[in-house]
Amino acid sequence: MKITVNGAATEVAATTLAAILDELGYGGAKVATAVNEAFVPAAARADLALCPGDRLEIVAPRQGG
Amino acid sequence: MPGFYGTEIASPLMLGTAQSPSPAILAEAFRRSGAGIATVSVRREAGGERAGADFWALIRDLGVRVLPNTAGCHSVREAVTTAQMARELFDTDWIKLEVIGHADTLQPDPFGLVEAARILTTEGFQVFPYTTEDVVLAERLLEAGCEVLMPWGAPIGTGLGLTNVYGLRTLRAQFPDVPMVVDAGLGLPSQAAQAMEMGFDAVLLNTAVAKAGDPAAMAEGFARAVEAGRLARAADPMEPRDMAAPSTPVVGKAFLE
Repeated sequence: MKITVNGAATEVAATTLAAILDELGYGGAKVATAVNEAFVPAAARADLALCPGDRLEIVAPRQGG
Repeated sequence: MPGFYGTEIASPLMLGTAQSPSPAILAEAFRRSGAGIATVSVRREAGGERAGADFWALIRDLGVRVLPNTAGCHSVREAVTTAQMARELFDTDWIKLEVIGHADTLQPDPFGLVEAARILTTEGFQVFPYTTEDVVLAERLLEAGCEVLMPWGAPIGTGLGLTNVYGLRTLRAQFPDVPMVVDAGLGLPSQAAQAMEMGFDAVLLNTAVAKAGDPAAMAEGFARAVEAGRLARAADPMEPRDMAAPSTPVVGKAFLE
């Protein structure tokens, strides 16, 4: 299905958020996620199935002021 | 000094981690600043990038407490979601809440700020709101559950110092027991000293150090300035006066015409 990942249209085979993160190369990475502008805790990723058109944001620690 | 949500702070200097020329210079700037708190952010990461893990390792080596921000957020929803993601990533309830309302001045959106502060406080966050010197807004933020205020000195990144000294003095006087951090707009150590002399509990800066020709030396300059300002405040400064008053005794002066 086609979803939007960090603003870019992306084709994924997996359906759950946890599996999508693995598929996209985030396995084990220190990241936090939001789907359709709502925060999804790490513990909820395995049970959350995404739908076509969903907007997924994946963020990590960065420099800040 | 009063603690931030019960946490005693060793140094009144808080330092941002952005815009540094290199990780090594950032680490050296922290070492010479004596800062115990570092602001950080969350940003998009590509698959396989692992930049977040590298940055996190650097921060852990600094041995400081982190204060994640919601920099760049313009809506309540965006700020709340960013705060929630930051809490999971950095494992802290502390959040420097920024809800920006104006693109050119990066001035806080006071209405969105209060709304976001209320939501986050309800969710157990310990909110450090980036605010202005407005006393009414300060009151609303305190009502929303904030126990610390972070009024700006000047717009972010300008280095203009304390542009509204009267407003900041009024804010400080209105809420004498609320821990306050002057955040943003400082460019020089003298401005940080001024904030401390006025009774603010800490200062937070980023660009002033990161964009200095020698960031580590500037960090140490700020460290000494905040200490000087803190000592001066505690020492109860003299009252200024308009007319001159001789400091050397008048009595006993030789009569020489």
